[in-house]
Amino acid sequence: MEKRVKFRGWLLPLLLIAPQVAVSAVFFFYPAGQAIWQSLFIPDPFGLSMKWVGLGNFEYLLSDRYYRASFVTTALFSILVTLSSMIPALFLAVTADRLIKGSGVYRTLLIWPYAVAPAVAGVLWLFMFNTRVGVVSWYLGQLGYDWNHVLNGGEAMGLVVVASSWGRISYNFLFFFAALQAVPRSVIEAAAIDGAHFWRRFWTIVLPLLSPTTFFLLVVNIVYSFFETFGVIHTITAGGPQQTTTILVYKVFSDGFVGQDLGSSAAQSVILLVVVGLLTVVQFKFIEKRVHY
Amino acid sequence: MQRSILGALAVSTILSPAAAMAQTEVQFWHAFTGRLGELVATQVEEFNASQDEYVVVQNYKGNYSETLNAGIAAFRAGEQPDILMVFEVGTATMMAAQGATKPVYEVMAESGADFDPSAYIGAVKGYYTTTEGQMLSLPFNSSTPVLWVNRDAFEAAGVDPDTDLSTWQNVGDTLDALKAGGSECPLVTAWQSWIHLENFSAYHDVPFASLDNGFGGLETELMLNGEAQVAHLTALGEWAQEGKFIYTGRRNEGGANFRAGECALFTESSAGYAGISAEAEFDFDVRPLPYWEGVGNAPQNTIIGGASLWVMEGQEPEEYAGVAAFLNYLSSSEVQAQWHQDTGYLPITTAAGEATRMAGFYEDNPGTDVAVIQMTANEPTANSKGLRLGSFDQIRGIIDEELEAIWAGDKTAQEAMDSAKERGDVLLRRFEAANR
Repeated sequence: MEKRVKFRGWLLPLLLIAPQVAVSAVFFFYPAGQAIWQSLFIPDPFGLSMKWVGLGNFEYLLSDRYYRASFVTTALFSILVTLSSMIPALFLAVTADRLIKGSGVYRTLLIWPYAVAPAVAGVLWLFMFNTRVGVVSWYLGQLGYDWNHVLNGGEAMGLVVVASSWGRISYNFLFFFAALQAVPRSVIEAAAIDGAHFWRRFWTIVLPLLSPTTFFLLVVNIVYSFFETFGVIHTITAGGPQQTTTILVYKVFSDGFVGQDLGSSAAQSVILLVVVGLLTVVQFKFIEKRVHY
Repeated sequence: MQRSILGALAVSTILSPAAAMAQTEVQFWHAFTGRLGELVATQVEEFNASQDEYVVVQNYKGNYSETLNAGIAAFRAGEQPDILMVFEVGTATMMAAQGATKPVYEVMAESGADFDPSAYIGAVKGYYTTTEGQMLSLPFNSSTPVLWVNRDAFEAAGVDPDTDLSTWQNVGDTLDALKAGGSECPLVTAWQSWIHLENFSAYHDVPFASLDNGFGGLETELMLNGEAQVAHLTALGEWAQEGKFIYTGRRNEGGANFRAGECALFTESSAGYAGISAEAEFDFDVRPLPYWEGVGNAPQNTIIGGASLWVMEGQEPEEYAGVAAFLNYLSSSEVQAQWHQDTGYLPITTAAGEATRMAGFYEDNPGTDVAVIQMTANEPTANSKGLRLGSFDQIRGIIDEELEAIWAGDKTAQEAMDSAKERGDVLLRRFEAANR
């Protein structure tokens, strides 16, 4: 049964939503509008002149095969980051949930990596895998594997994925753990009495009950891998080698702040806006249908 | 100890507001931290102490790209500094921004300071002057690539460290010998595009871009896929495949390997001197950058890297007078000679170079004059005056990507450079469109 509050008149409801509207307007609608406006021009960096090009910036971008390749890189990167941060998190949450003693300590320790800023996480992983002084690359060398993410695109991608997922596992763990605690014990006990072993109970009862959380995390993690992984990529690979780790957001930065090409940069952020908007629509339309609340 | 800090604080809080009120403040944004940052701070303090009309306030704004961005953002917000340090790669961007910058020759003329552009070394000055010879920004720190030799690594590999390394032909043979002698890292480089393409082209007197490397206009196109460049990169690519040239990254990551004594040869800026002399626990030599015997007009002269000081538009006249006084102070022979000796950057005036020679510095520190000689050996040609290309920071990024494809063996040098030209030209056309 739905609960509804009825307001008399318009003033109070308007007042109540005003702060949210103001925040959205200042921090979202205004900058987004500016980006759309700017994407129609080629301005000079100092803002001294602007040349109207209509959709020229978009035409330029979409005809650039390196820009199109960046879509594939971004898709691959965000799928990998989402999977490698959600699956281990779920596994850890399930194991932590079964603990009887010491789960508090375990939980606290697992949350720590989330406190590390992406750029710092990037530097940490870079140190471990540094081709010259890295601990991990040294061990790999002992095993006969020549680690070189400076030239090997696959290794570079692997490294930025791991560095981006690492802190994220903690975040996902928190949500999964809380959701697991909310699974009614009675259902699980009933299944256990019926003879369902642990993994069967997990697949048929726990996982479906977790689906709202999983769906929420899916959306949040994809958005994370699109936007917030910038720090990791900037510190570890700067988009290289060649362009193997240049995701869309990194290209916005490098065109805008390295190349001072604000028109192209603005057009790219508009494209990103559309892509993320579409992704969210797709997720809510198709995936959410399969989610059991 | 504690008391002296408190004392210093008290003195500075008492003095500074009073001083600021009486004096005109000149804001100076730069990109130097660490040892170089300290040296800049000293220069500023000494200038402030030398007169009482102006106070220069120096601020570190991040690396070169970040400092340029900070300056641009500040200008858009109307909060620009008086003096902005911009790396040589940003020169075309700054030159195109008429209305945002005030040419140095104008600042100097208005202040009535006596300013003689011909006092500056040609190859340094050329980078920052118009084709009519008017100086737009003041050269501040300029360096040029040289070859660093780890003598101990040579001996460990059983190779004579005094062997002739003036040509790449000889270096190639030496790399074979070093590799055969067990060297894990015969050759490493910093700033690959700057050294192995931009300087390479100037040194062999072949064009890097059309219209005199962009000095002649915005319609310039890259020409880095020429025969000479491709031949050089092909050789480097083969050395990379054979483990004789080790690639460590796009910036100066290789410096760590060299300073730790792992590598025998290192192509790096002459300004690497401060770091190498401080950290290296081995005997090292500085040699001129090698050239290919019989290619182009090698050895012509190498070009500079580093930064210059741009004066921003939109300030009060008295601030410009302060700017002129400070820039004049910076280019005085004593300040320049000291800077050159402390950092390994080139002296920007002929007089500063002479003063250093007279003081016997080059005899006490052999090799520190290699860069000066290499830069000034010949009168610069249209191909060796420098580069003036828009969006060049980003074009360098493209070049880096394509070079990585060569080192990894994914592309031939010709394919990679053809692609670099194609991609770079697109950016040049956009820069042209933005600044016409």
